[in-house]
Formats: sequence, structure tokens, C-alpha cells
Amino acid sequence: MSEAVTPATTSIMETTAERQPLLSRLAPWLVFGLFAAVPLLAHAINDSFILVIATRMLIFALAALSLNLIMGYGALVSFGHAAYIGIGAYAVGILSSYGINDLLLQIAAALVVAGLFALVTGYLSLRTSGVYFIMITLAFGQMAFFFMVSLSAFGGDDGMSLSGRSTLLGADLLADNLALFYGVLIILAAAFLLMRTLVASRFGRVLRGTRDNPTRMRAIGFSPFAFQLTAYVIAGMIAAVAGVLLANQVQFVSPAYMTWARSGELIVMVVLGGMGTLLGPIIGATVFILLEDVLAHFSEHWKLGLGLILVLVVLGSRDGMSGLARRLRGGSDA
Amino acid sequence: MLNLFLLQSLNGIQFGILLFLVAAGLTLIFGVMDLINLAHGVLYMIGAYLTAAFAAMTGSFAYGILLALPATLLIGIALEVLVFRRLYDRSHLDQVLATFGLILILNETVKIIWGSAPLSVPMPEAFSGSIQLMGNLRYPTFRILIIAAGLATALGLYLMVNHTRLGMLLRAGATHGAMVSALGVNIRRLFMIVFGLGAMLAGFAGGMVAPILSVDPGMGDSILILTFVVIVIGGVGSVRGAFVAAIIVGLVDTLGRSFGPMLLRNLLEPAAAAQMGRTVAPMLVYILMAAVLYLKPTGLFSSGGGTR
Repeated sequence: MSEAVTPATTSIMETTAERQPLLSRLAPWLVFGLFAAVPLLAHAINDSFILVIATRMLIFALAALSLNLIMGYGALVSFGHAAYIGIGAYAVGILSSYGINDLLLQIAAALVVAGLFALVTGYLSLRTSGVYFIMITLAFGQMAFFFMVSLSAFGGDDGMSLSGRSTLLGADLLADNLALFYGVLIILAAAFLLMRTLVASRFGRVLRGTRDNPTRMRAIGFSPFAFQLTAYVIAGMIAAVAGVLLANQVQFVSPAYMTWARSGELIVMVVLGGMGTLLGPIIGATVFILLEDVLAHFSEHWKLGLGLILVLVVLGSRDGMSGLARRLRGGSDA
Repeated sequence: MLNLFLLQSLNGIQFGILLFLVAAGLTLIFGVMDLINLAHGVLYMIGAYLTAAFAAMTGSFAYGILLALPATLLIGIALEVLVFRRLYDRSHLDQVLATFGLILILNETVKIIWGSAPLSVPMPEAFSGSIQLMGNLRYPTFRILIIAAGLATALGLYLMVNHTRLGMLLRAGATHGAMVSALGVNIRRLFMIVFGLGAMLAGFAGGMVAPILSVDPGMGDSILILTFVVIVIGGVGSVRGAFVAAIIVGLVDTLGRSFGPMLLRNLLEPAAAAQMGRTVAPMLVYILMAAVLYLKPTGLFSSGGGTR
């Protein structure tokens, strides 16, 4: 009853690609291929809004991918992950207000700040577990939120508009929506490959071992704390990159990016697609943004629909949302 | 200066009392049922809205809050029967997802019924003045009423938890739930009572602040997070811990916001001090929480059960 999370039990099978069925080996190619073809669709039906939505999907896929590292592979339900998106976004906003527009510098700053914030808060949060961990990450997320709200020099509650998108080595490469879309897609693909390597590595195996049975991991001589903290820091840093991209896409930065509701939505994305699977968060984020867009068309009260779906799915499915997601995928994700 | 300090301390205690009213129910729900309930802040909001609606209907704040109390109790019990009852033996993640969904539903429902613009509730005539406490220190009567009502509720809860059969079952349920159930106690009914009671306390807090704060759809979310801080500091499942922690959090938050910038002014130039004070003050309670966690990971007054 007090068991924190029972994610989809992905076995070691996942790491050895040659034993996997053909479909799941092809799935990443399929997903990334479909995304790469979105601009063609947008061009064909002459609707540039599709590109905007697709870019948003990719950015949140990156954030969900990072959350999945700690939630899916580490059984650490963080309810403050949106704070890192905010840190990344503010790295863009604050640096550009001082005239520093280079994307690489902004990403570097976002990585350093997010890494430090994750190191300190993760060190404290990981001293606890279960319900306590959820509440503490939530509180730290709110702390970051209130910090930005009260930082009136950089817009405070109202946020700040950016004069333009970041430049790459002095060139105005991201100004075009199409270029931004492919830039985000490349970064997501790189993060996906990084995640695949991480999960398959010794580090990833220790992390998954700790998720499944922490006592046994300790018994065979591992100290889970260092591994969990490392994963927490990596997840925070990747989410900060998503924040940098989000600020670039909308050219606006505000504390609204880091509300706790946003953290909740990130959790929903990960669970929707399938926790502890590599591709799951990407699919989850895509479906979520699509759902948000579709429901928002019907009514300004679209969150009512989202809430109803969430409650009904959790109550209606015996083993919760992850079980439903597993069955929808055909019951074989091991 | 001393007067200001006393005034702000009273404000802090009043805020702490409100936090306690919300946290008391939530800490029992955590402790007894091992359920993480994100939707508890929503009940506080519903209490405020119902008080506003009933007060407007009857023309009297007292009738408003008297009608809102049983209404929030019923809403709490209805939520327990419809949703929470099915979540007790689920994973924490499922509980987070379902109660998060519930917040979205209830927040939007409130917006649909009453709109997103803040409502205001007129201060009851009898309590609109202020009372002379000592020297030239005056304090609003209504805030004293809040403190008194909160202290009375805290006393009542203390007596109930420590000196009644129901309280004994609650304490036993918090530490040895399975055993209590095995001894033939109807644990489902116990859970329902705790839940209804917690909902009513949160609704009471919401109703009491309605005249001094604006009633808006986001009010439940902001108090929920501070309630979590209170519970983490006080220790899950401990009503006594919740009381002490709530007063501490209320005082630290209120005094930090008013005196933080003043103290900083001695160290920094005025503009920097004002900015620094504004940014650091809202973070103080979280820093306090981090410090408590560092020293005592299960809170100041943990009811046992270790990792709960």
C-alpha cells in the first residue's frame, strides 16, 4: 500500500536491441520520421499553425523525456519539474535583456543554473521518499515560482517579452519557424539517443534496479543516493534546455511556465505515453498538446474536460493510467 | 516599531490558524489513509465561495458560514464516496493524477458558476471595528474572531483526538491501519468521517477569510502548497505537529515579508534591500522547510511509520 510507484516493468530486454521485435526497433524511426514530415503537411494544406503546434509538442516532449528519467526509471515522482523549464526560459530572458543573445551561451547558463538548483534541492528532497518526496519537490518548485514572481526587475508576475529569437554564433538562424522546428527536432533526437545510452548503461541499470528493489541494491553494495541525485540533476538540466527552446518559440517569458499545474501536466504526459519507456513521454506529450488544442477549441473551460478524463481513466482502469497505457500499446512493453 | 511588530505577529498567528484549519484535515487524511490529496485546497476555496453565496442569499455572514459548513461537509463526503474511496489502495502516482484531475474539474466548475473575477464578502457589521489591546495598539475585531474560532477548533480537535473513542481509532489507524481493521472497526466509515471532517475544517477556514481576502478560483492552490509545507514540517499524521508548524509558518511568512526588507536596509542600499526583501521573503518558509527536513526528515512531530 505504501509502495510509491509501480511503473510498467521494463526488463533488461529493452537494452538489448537485437532481441526486440521489429516493430519496437522501428518505432523511434517512425515517430521521428513522422515529425520530420510535418512541415510538408503544413505546406501541403497551407496551414502554418500546424508547425507551431508541432514545435510545441517537441519542446514538451523534451521536458517529458527528462522527467521520465527520474519518474519512469527511478520511481521518483517529482512535482516540481516545471521549475526547470522556467529556469531555462529565464536564462534566455535575463541574458537577452543584457544583450547576450547567443543560443549556446544561453543554453550553457541554463544548464549551470538548473544543474545547481537540482543538485541542492535534489540533495534535500532525496533524503525523503514516497509522499514526502512528492510534496517537497512541489514546495521547491513553488519556491522557484515565487522567486520569479517577485523578481520585478525582470517582469515579475507579468513576465517579459523578448525582442527576438536567440542567435547561433551571430547568425539569425532560428528566426524562421521552420528552422526552429528542425532545430528542436534535432535536439530532441539527441536527447533521445542520450537517454537510450544512459538507460542501457551501468548507471541506468543501477537506477532501474533501485526502482524495482532498493533494499536488494543496497545489499549488493550500491548506494542508490548518488545515482538518484545524478539522475535528478540530469533530468533538471534537460528540462532547462526545453525551457530555453520554449522561450525562443513564443518569445515571451513568464512565471506561468513554472506553475505547479504545469508540473502536473508534465506528469500526465509521461504517464499518458507510458512511464519507463523511451518513446512513451514523446508520444504522451504529443497526445497531450493535441488534446489541449482540440479541447480548447470546444470551450474556454477545456481543463474541465481534461480533469474528467484524468479522474475517469484513473478510476476506470484497475491498475491506473500506466496500466491503461500498457494495454493500449498491446500489453507488451517488456 | 514594537506596535508594528505585535500587529504583524498577530497577523502571523491569524494566518497560521487558518493554515492549521486546512492542514489538520489533510494531515489526518495523509496519516490515517496514506492518501496524497492535492484537492484539499479546493475544499477551502469551495468553503469561501459557498459562504459568499449563502451570505449574499441570506444577507448575513453568520448564516452564510453556518450554511456553508454542512454544505462543505456533504461535498467532502460525496467526493470521498465517488472518488477517494477508490484511491486508498492505489499507488501514490495514481492518487496524484486523480486528485490533480479533481482540482481541474472543481476549479473550472467554480469559474463556470461564479466567473473568474474575484468576489468580495461584506464584513459583518458587529465585527467591523477594532479593539484596543494595549496602549495605542488596536487590532481588527474580525481577525481576533478568526484567531479565537481557530483556537477553539484546535482545542476541540485536541480533545477529540486524545480523549474520545473516535480519536483513539484515528490515532491507531494512523500507525496500525490493518490491525485496527482486523479488530473489527469499520475502517471505511472511519475514513469517511475523517474526510468529511477535514473538508468541513478547510471549508470553515475558507469561509472565515472570505471577508478579509478576495474570493477567487486560485485561492485553494496557493494555500495547498503552504499546507504541504506545514505538514512536512509538522510530520505527517500529527495534529499537534500541524498546529505548531502552522503557527511557525504563519509567523515566519508574515514577519519575513514585513521585517525582511527593513532588516536588509541596514546591510544594503534601500533599492537593493527592497528588491532583495521582496524576493527572499516569500521563499523563507521553503528555506525553513528545507532546514527542518535536513535535520529531521520525518518532521518535528512524526506520528511514526517512518517513510509515510
